[in-house]
Amino acid sequence: MSLYVDIEKRLGAFRLQSKFEVADETLALLGASGCGKSMTLKCIAGIVTPDRGRIVLNDRVLFDSEKKIDLAPQQRRVGYLFQQYALFPNMSVEQNILCGIREGTRAEKRALLSEKIRLFRLEGLEKRHPAQLSGGQQQRVALARILCSEPQAILLDEPFSALDSYLKWNLELELTELLSGFHGPILWVSHDRGECRRSCQSVCVMEDGRTGEVTPMEQLFRRPATLSAARLAGVRSFLPARPCEGGIALEGWDITLPQPASRERVTVAVPDDAVLLGGAYTAVVQRVIHDLDGDLVLLRPEGAADAPPLQALLPKGSTAEVGQTLRFGLSAGRCLCYDACGEIFSADR
Amino acid sequence: MDWFPLWNSLRIAAISTVIIFFAGVFAAYYIAKLPRLVKGVLDVVLTLPLVLPPTVVGYLLLRVLGPKRMIGAWVLETFGTKLVMTWWSAIFATTVVIFPLMYRTARGAFEAFDETLAYSGQTLGLSNTYIFWRIRMPCCRQGVLAGTVLAFARALGEYGATSMIAGYTPGKTATISTTVYQLWQTNNDALAYRWVAVNIVISAVVLLAVNMLERRDFLRGASRARRAKA
Repeated sequence: MSLYVDIEKRLGAFRLQSKFEVADETLALLGASGCGKSMTLKCIAGIVTPDRGRIVLNDRVLFDSEKKIDLAPQQRRVGYLFQQYALFPNMSVEQNILCGIREGTRAEKRALLSEKIRLFRLEGLEKRHPAQLSGGQQQRVALARILCSEPQAILLDEPFSALDSYLKWNLELELTELLSGFHGPILWVSHDRGECRRSCQSVCVMEDGRTGEVTPMEQLFRRPATLSAARLAGVRSFLPARPCEGGIALEGWDITLPQPASRERVTVAVPDDAVLLGGAYTAVVQRVIHDLDGDLVLLRPEGAADAPPLQALLPKGSTAEVGQTLRFGLSAGRCLCYDACGEIFSADR
Repeated sequence: MDWFPLWNSLRIAAISTVIIFFAGVFAAYYIAKLPRLVKGVLDVVLTLPLVLPPTVVGYLLLRVLGPKRMIGAWVLETFGTKLVMTWWSAIFATTVVIFPLMYRTARGAFEAFDETLAYSGQTLGLSNTYIFWRIRMPCCRQGVLAGTVLAFARALGEYGATSMIAGYTPGKTATISTTVYQLWQTNNDALAYRWVAVNIVISAVVLLAVNMLERRDFLRGASRARRAKA
């Protein structure tokens, strides 16, 4: 069971180029807003027609521009959970779920309906309309409706984008639990790395309409393949650097990383855990930000106020004050080097 | 008092409203999907009767449907009947005049419709016909209904184009509006007042009906919200 996608679509100046394959797992499609994630889902579901390419689901060709195959959304058997769930406001919970049941006699449909109502804990809400439901209940109705239609793949379009963070947490746990009964490819579109890491097994980063490689989720956080992937993975410090004798020198800083570099211009991404307290270098604390995980400090070299800043997360319990001089070290192995195109080039870790 | 003009006006308005309900709704639905340029041109053409003087609409209709004109002559030759100066001739006039009202209100309602509802219906396997009648139309009910009632009320009061294409023949083509004009011409104030009163009553009832329909909808929504809270 797998979903293969290789499509192109032009929309004005925007060009979408999506290419990836998902097996029976949850793949996160991670990217900033407007990078083409939702457009990719719409092409797979058949709502938008790509200009060129091929979409295959379990050996069933859904779209093939060369063979002129373009199945209607109704025939694709792709479940789509929309951002606001898209429940039909004029129908009750019962009627909404019945809309998802494709075939069977009246009695069979009722039996399936009551089974789903029980499974999705919607008892007592059958006659209610979507406007009378909480966000969590709406999500359960939408999922029940989708699973009734027996999809072979499920697309989730930023399922929690409209919710408060305290609501989001419970719904996220619930969604992964309810989806655990589904066997088939699941595509989870998101711009939230935490959400992806918790719920998905692999990840594909999208940037400016282009998909990157599909990698295991852990690799995104350990060794993001591009600059934008590093940003999406939560790296905060990006410093310009130049090759020099013995490695690469960070501009404005008196720091040389012992890494080979053949390229002219590089960008060094410094993850939080690459900065260690108490080391060979000194810096002035320019700003202290109290974050949830601990205090975040903005560091600049002494006497160079316009040098690019380095951000570091202080370990729990330690504090810093503005203006204080801090000694720190850099773990060269954890710093990531990117060339001018934004591709990673340091192989070792 | 001869009630024929009332009956005639009502049947003309009712028939043209039924025609225009389907024509307006489908035009609004399909034109919204066309490329922008075509949409713009069609929009102007279809809305024109709303702003044109009814006499101009009447004149144009006579140029097409008159017994010596293209369509009129053909129908006369094939079916042996004239298209003008019969009671149903007025339907041509009212249909053209009220079409933009229905088309524009329906289009406004459809534009406010959340397309993702239609998309989610499609991915669930619902047919496009089902989505149109069971999801899109119920969601746009208010706007479509308002357009229908407005079109009916306007058809009931149409005078200019109607008088040109159907004329005024008592007991044959007389409508309320042409009757009032005729009574004024012949200085029959007593009867004219009666027809004016009838006209006002009908219009008021129609508008009241719209208001009540909206109120009932509103109340149902409110009680739903109350139940949800409880």
